[in-house]
Amino acid sequence: MSTKSNESMSLASPNAQDISTKKKVALAIGFTGLFILVLALANVTLPSQGLFLTLSLALITAGIVLYSRDEYLTKLEGIKNDETWFKSISSRGVWGWVLGVVLTLFYIVLYFFAELLGLGTDGASNTGLIALFDPLSQLLSGRNASQWFVYGALYTVAIVAFGYKFMLKYRHNRYQQLRTGSVMFFQMAFAFLIPEFMYRLNSDVPYNDIKNMWPLNYYAFDEWRVDQFINSGTIGMAFLIFGILSIFVVSPILTYKYGKRWYCSWVCGCGGLAETAGDAFRNLSSKKMSAWKFERWLIHTVLVFSVVMTIGVIYTYLGYDANKYWFNKDNFLLFIGGFLTVVFTVIMIFKRNELGKDARYGAIGYIVVIAALIGMHYTGTTNEIFYLPASDMRAAYGFYIGSIFSGVIGTGFYPILGNRAWCRFGCPMAAVLGFQQRMFSKFRITTNGGQCISCGNCSNSCEMGIDVRAYAQKGENIVRSSCVGCGVCSAVCPRGVLKLENGALEGRINPTDVLLGNDVDLMELMNNK
Amino acid sequence: MKHIVIIGNGIAGVSAARHIRKLSDNKITIISAETDHFFSRTALMYIYMGHMKYEHTKPYEDYFWEKNRIDLKRAFIKQVITTDKVLITGEGEKISYDSLILATGSKPNKFGWPGQDLKGVQGLYSKQDLDKLEENAPNNEVCNRAVIVGGGLIGIEMAEMLRVRNIPVTFLVRENSFWNGVLPAGESAMINDHIRDHHIDLRLGTNLKEIISDENGRAKAVVIAETGEELPCNVVGLTAGVAPNIAFLKDSGIELGRGIKVNRFLETNVKDVYAIGDCAEQHKPIGMRRPIEAVWYTGRMMGETLAQTICGNRIEYKPGHWFNSAKFLDIEYQTYGWVFGKQQEYEQQFHWKHTDNTKCITVSTHKETGKFLGINTFGIRMRHKVFDNWLTEERTTDYVIKHLPEANFDPEFYKQFENQIITAYSKQVQTA
Repeated sequence: MSTKSNESMSLASPNAQDISTKKKVALAIGFTGLFILVLALANVTLPSQGLFLTLSLALITAGIVLYSRDEYLTKLEGIKNDETWFKSISSRGVWGWVLGVVLTLFYIVLYFFAELLGLGTDGASNTGLIALFDPLSQLLSGRNASQWFVYGALYTVAIVAFGYKFMLKYRHNRYQQLRTGSVMFFQMAFAFLIPEFMYRLNSDVPYNDIKNMWPLNYYAFDEWRVDQFINSGTIGMAFLIFGILSIFVVSPILTYKYGKRWYCSWVCGCGGLAETAGDAFRNLSSKKMSAWKFERWLIHTVLVFSVVMTIGVIYTYLGYDANKYWFNKDNFLLFIGGFLTVVFTVIMIFKRNELGKDARYGAIGYIVVIAALIGMHYTGTTNEIFYLPASDMRAAYGFYIGSIFSGVIGTGFYPILGNRAWCRFGCPMAAVLGFQQRMFSKFRITTNGGQCISCGNCSNSCEMGIDVRAYAQKGENIVRSSCVGCGVCSAVCPRGVLKLENGALEGRINPTDVLLGNDVDLMELMNNK
Repeated sequence: MKHIVIIGNGIAGVSAARHIRKLSDNKITIISAETDHFFSRTALMYIYMGHMKYEHTKPYEDYFWEKNRIDLKRAFIKQVITTDKVLITGEGEKISYDSLILATGSKPNKFGWPGQDLKGVQGLYSKQDLDKLEENAPNNEVCNRAVIVGGGLIGIEMAEMLRVRNIPVTFLVRENSFWNGVLPAGESAMINDHIRDHHIDLRLGTNLKEIISDENGRAKAVVIAETGEELPCNVVGLTAGVAPNIAFLKDSGIELGRGIKVNRFLETNVKDVYAIGDCAEQHKPIGMRRPIEAVWYTGRMMGETLAQTICGNRIEYKPGHWFNSAKFLDIEYQTYGWVFGKQQEYEQQFHWKHTDNTKCITVSTHKETGKFLGINTFGIRMRHKVFDNWLTEERTTDYVIKHLPEANFDPEFYKQFENQIITAYSKQVQTA
């Protein structure tokens, strides 16, 4: 293909065109900031940790800000996707792979070898990179940093700095600006600052990012957490109750009204990172039909795994301390079984025709398995529901899904699989919200009559791998479980075809054979069969 | 089971094939000399700009064709022998058909300029043209300057493309304002400014005299007719419109004009031979449409319609209300109904422009009846369905302006200008 000549494979010049001097200066500033982190990691003794930490984070931020300003403010407002597929970093070139490997290694160390980052174990004080963050942690919560504090701080810097970049990129688009401002705020306040302040106020309450709801937060109902909440008085109980309400009441209502975007691309931290730092990689998601099929099986399997694991965990601790909780293990299981049966029955009665064949088989298969396991519990004598000790399941989930999938693959593989691989293939929360969005929500992406020219910009920029064009060129609204409502397809459309809307349920899904603009009789003939 | 052969794998031919497959079990073969698979021609520019790769411009995955039993053949058809119902390829292979659909599209116009066939001189229509541009203008070291001749939609796209690679562009436009044969003066003036804001050297009212060759037969400069000025350049883009691609049909017995002559059923003068898309020419224009319409969606609609006829439900091609869209650099344009560049005598035009000079609308009204005739909109997205209904219901412009907010299709949270427009309109009505 002729365009090959433009894909830069060179390490020395990763872009098709030379970058400006200002950008080179910005990169130098940013990498100096990163270099301080590397020095700390290598245990180089820095004269003042507080000063150097501040310097490092400020330089990183300044580098990103300066780079973005030169990139976007020197040009007129508009779509800025020039050379995306020529740049090494955003087209799985050498730099893309290098970044992928570095990020992956970082996550592996973070999750499994935190002592390499300098985490002090058995009461020893922190060293290295983690010690560098001690002053900030002391300032916020009055305790020393952990690897999670370091991660949280860097994560927040990434969302805020790259969020600024994204806002400049879309400075003509208020939807993009508002939603980016929203994820920046939720990360900074809810995920980072408030939990630290809460610790200062009441150190008995466990770390709690109240926007991070179960099942994305798979440890939400672990025994130690529930116990800590119950034991720490009103505030703890409020958190616990809010956690339950947010998944069972708040999220269905908001998803009904606005689609899952209210969470995935306005609130969620994983989504926040994907939309800001990950924006350059959105084009890399696979749009193939086979990828979609794989996605449907994988994400729902993770959801079932998380549900089964959580039931097992709760069931177990309800078992050995029956007096402490309102529920006992038997009525808990009955309640869960009843709840799942009701959801399943309602869907099968009212929404059967909206499920694909594989979805129907999958749903039936999973409900049969869960029902059988619950049934076996009542007929058998084992304390180990699901035939596995819940603690093993919990550990396996934490390792394979919580760490490997969401962290190492989900973020480490940004430059390879695209910025939403976790959200698309693995996130059980996205599965729940997506199910609600597909089955009963006012949200859809409307297509504009016959204006589509099948150019493919929409599909190319869909981070969730939806082949948006396949719908737009048929004049069919896009109603897909996976759509996070980022609105970029609508932004990049050169013909004004796509609009994110909340509207009436009737006519939301509107497959057509002949588009608006053709002979009315032909439209009648073809579309009202 | 008939064998239906379609020459051309663009939107017209592919739409016909898809709908014939939905309606019948006929054997379908699509022949193309351009590419193995259907791709979106309108997206060629995005490949050069790096927004997408060629594979992303394919609307259907490669397995689609076999799954739907649509045979694809890569060949150039040199001759059509309608008496034997046989096609002859460039390699001399014979392909027989029962029904033949000609959907061969267009080729760039050349108006006999001296030097128009030199190396480095090219149009931008086909995949091959894109490959050629990649070769002629990979960067601003190989191509120090490009000159584009012809101020239409392809010309401005080509200018945008070359600017992405920092290649200086001079844009020669014959008219005294960009695309003013189609756009009313205020809109055309706004686009002139926008082109210049993108650092494109726009020369209005300027014609090409000749293209000068270097010693290797490559273009090295153009000469401007009006001033005699010689502009050094390495690439010359010829974008003065397109014409039907029908040279291979010269001796076929199929009636030709500028395009392939068809009746309202898209039938040519030869039985079982049909023509659709850019290459088809209506004997009589349909409504106010041109006899040849080189527009994406008309190709699709002709394909949808012809599929019915081929499968036994013979129906006329009856396009609905005129609409179209385009994008001029950063400014989106949509049109519904008819607004003319040169105001017709029955027509009254209302023009509103935002002070930032990137958004405007023009609404056309029938002078006597007050009936709404059409709208051009720049920088504000409007809803096709709503305008289609209003045109069918024959609403007045007063009604349309009053209900304009219902037609807005901009993304959520966008600033809306309908109130400004309504105010401006009522002021104009009072002073008129």
